[in-house]
Amino acid sequence: MATQHSRSAARIMISPAVLLLLAWMIVPLALTIYFSLLRYNLLMPGTERFVGFLNYRLFYENPAFWTAMLNTLLLVGGVLIVTVVGGILLAILLDQPIWGQGIVRILVIAPFFVMPTVSALVWKNMFMNPVSGLFAEFSKAVGLQPFDFLTHAPLASIIGIVSWQWLPFATLILLTAIQSLDSEQMEAAEMDGASPLSRFWYITLPHLSRAITVVILIQTIFLLSVFAEILVTTNGGPGVASTNLTYLVYARSLLNFDVGGGSAGGVVAIILANIVAIFLMRMIGKNLDA
Amino acid sequence: MGRITLDKVTKKFGDVEVIPPLDLTINDGEFVVFVGPSGCGKSTLLRLIAGLEDVTDGEIRIDGKPATDLPPAKRGLAMVFQSYALYPHMSVRKNIAFPMKMAGMPEDEQKRRIENAARALNLTDYLDRRPGQLSGGQRQRVAIGRAIVREPAAFLFDEPLSNLDAALRVGMRMEISELHKKLDTTMIYVTHDQVEAMTMADKIVVLRAGNIEQVGSPLELYRNPRNTFVAGFIGSPKMNLIEGAEAKKHDAATIGVRPEHIDVSASEGAWKGRIGVAEHLGSDTFFHVHDTGLAETLTIRAGGEVDLHHGDTVFLTPQADKIHRFDGQGLRIS
Repeated sequence: MATQHSRSAARIMISPAVLLLLAWMIVPLALTIYFSLLRYNLLMPGTERFVGFLNYRLFYENPAFWTAMLNTLLLVGGVLIVTVVGGILLAILLDQPIWGQGIVRILVIAPFFVMPTVSALVWKNMFMNPVSGLFAEFSKAVGLQPFDFLTHAPLASIIGIVSWQWLPFATLILLTAIQSLDSEQMEAAEMDGASPLSRFWYITLPHLSRAITVVILIQTIFLLSVFAEILVTTNGGPGVASTNLTYLVYARSLLNFDVGGGSAGGVVAIILANIVAIFLMRMIGKNLDA
Repeated sequence: MGRITLDKVTKKFGDVEVIPPLDLTINDGEFVVFVGPSGCGKSTLLRLIAGLEDVTDGEIRIDGKPATDLPPAKRGLAMVFQSYALYPHMSVRKNIAFPMKMAGMPEDEQKRRIENAARALNLTDYLDRRPGQLSGGQRQRVAIGRAIVREPAAFLFDEPLSNLDAALRVGMRMEISELHKKLDTTMIYVTHDQVEAMTMADKIVVLRAGNIEQVGSPLELYRNPRNTFVAGFIGSPKMNLIEGAEAKKHDAATIGVRPEHIDVSASEGAWKGRIGVAEHLGSDTFFHVHDTGLAETLTIRAGGEVDLHHGDTVFLTPQADKIHRFDGQGLRIS
């Protein structure tokens, strides 16, 4: 009885928060879906009317759509690969007893504290600029033609910038996971004749699987909505070479003042995110079970 | 074959000398127990033999071949760790197969050895489970199984029973002893529990602060402890050590009498005292006797049916031929 009472009391007390959260989610979602079904352009106020799925068809038929879709997935996938692989290597490196370990760790974590616009600008102007950037200086120093990263490899450059920002996060989580590895297990493997490489493959990597899963899931959520880095570096260009779905929605609704089209894009983005989430949970979700 | 020789083996951590130069020979097929209080360097010594720690100075030979600079895997030794150190993401089968897989052994040979080990250790029904789904005793057996399949020159055990409950510990103790009889392979076993040492060992090595205090068979150590440390460490309950006037009577600085070598009487005897705690176990009775004027407490082991209780006055008589005498340095006077 007592537990039943306290359970229903708990439900009543928790309900305002749940309702608030629900409203917070439902209202914008409902409005977005509603707008996506309207012809709603800010340049033509007062002409809003219901057009059914026209906005979706226009968004879908937009030649930039598939490019943006592909770019989104490439961006997410690329950054995940770089940060997970790089994060594991860095974590192993930082786990070694070295002089000045504390300072090195803080330095490694630092990029995470720099806001995306600032870090993108730093990369754009100080490193990747073909005239005054550091990379251009290096190229000139060895007698090569400076490479214009943001023009010739815009998506790869953005993957690089975003990876630089997220590497600390991955490193940090993987480092704590590595530190929780039982040293006797490593010693047992050493006694069993495992080489350092097989120790990594058979002991360390499986031990890290749960941390890697967490890194992938959390990063995916944020990487699907990368925007600031694109806005300050390439503006989605050249052409649409570095436009992802988020940037396409922005271009539609705020550059073309097409609220209806932008909303339709937003709904498509939601669907994409859910598809990605389902795939991820299918593939690696079981790692989260005890 | 598993003859291990330590020649002036020394270990330093920084400036701290954990093991001063130490000589020891372990013969083939022997069950040797390193015993000592915690921090005496017994685990370090085992790890030096295993190759998990580097020797600062001196030489280790296994079967006459120098092994000082060999990596752990090349020494032909297998180790069972205190935490078992099973690989949590692998099934029992894969755990046991791991050393053979690393050695590149053919699949069918691996399978044969796994099945043999599983049968010997009663693990056949658990081969496809993960370590997390096993009880403490089963995990222990998997760890032993992983060691057996390598057919090593010697087994090293690092306090393998300390994570088990008392009943299981007694059972596993017997299983390990039986395993030793069956395999007839050298085993080195580290423990701080002198009961384990007494019951399992062919040869006990008593260590204190990295020094070997005495080496010998369990009964040798029990009968002729070389000094007061060994005297106090081997035997349960501990030997009573008495200093002062009573020791002078025997021309010694300290005399030691084991609890089981003191006769108890309610009416007459050499020493008089008052019973503090009386532990009636049924088979035995342990009395902690105070106010004897000899030592703070004397522990006495008497028969199970002795009807004496807390607060009673008792008379104690040591058996004259069972008194151990030690000089001012704590060394035995024979």
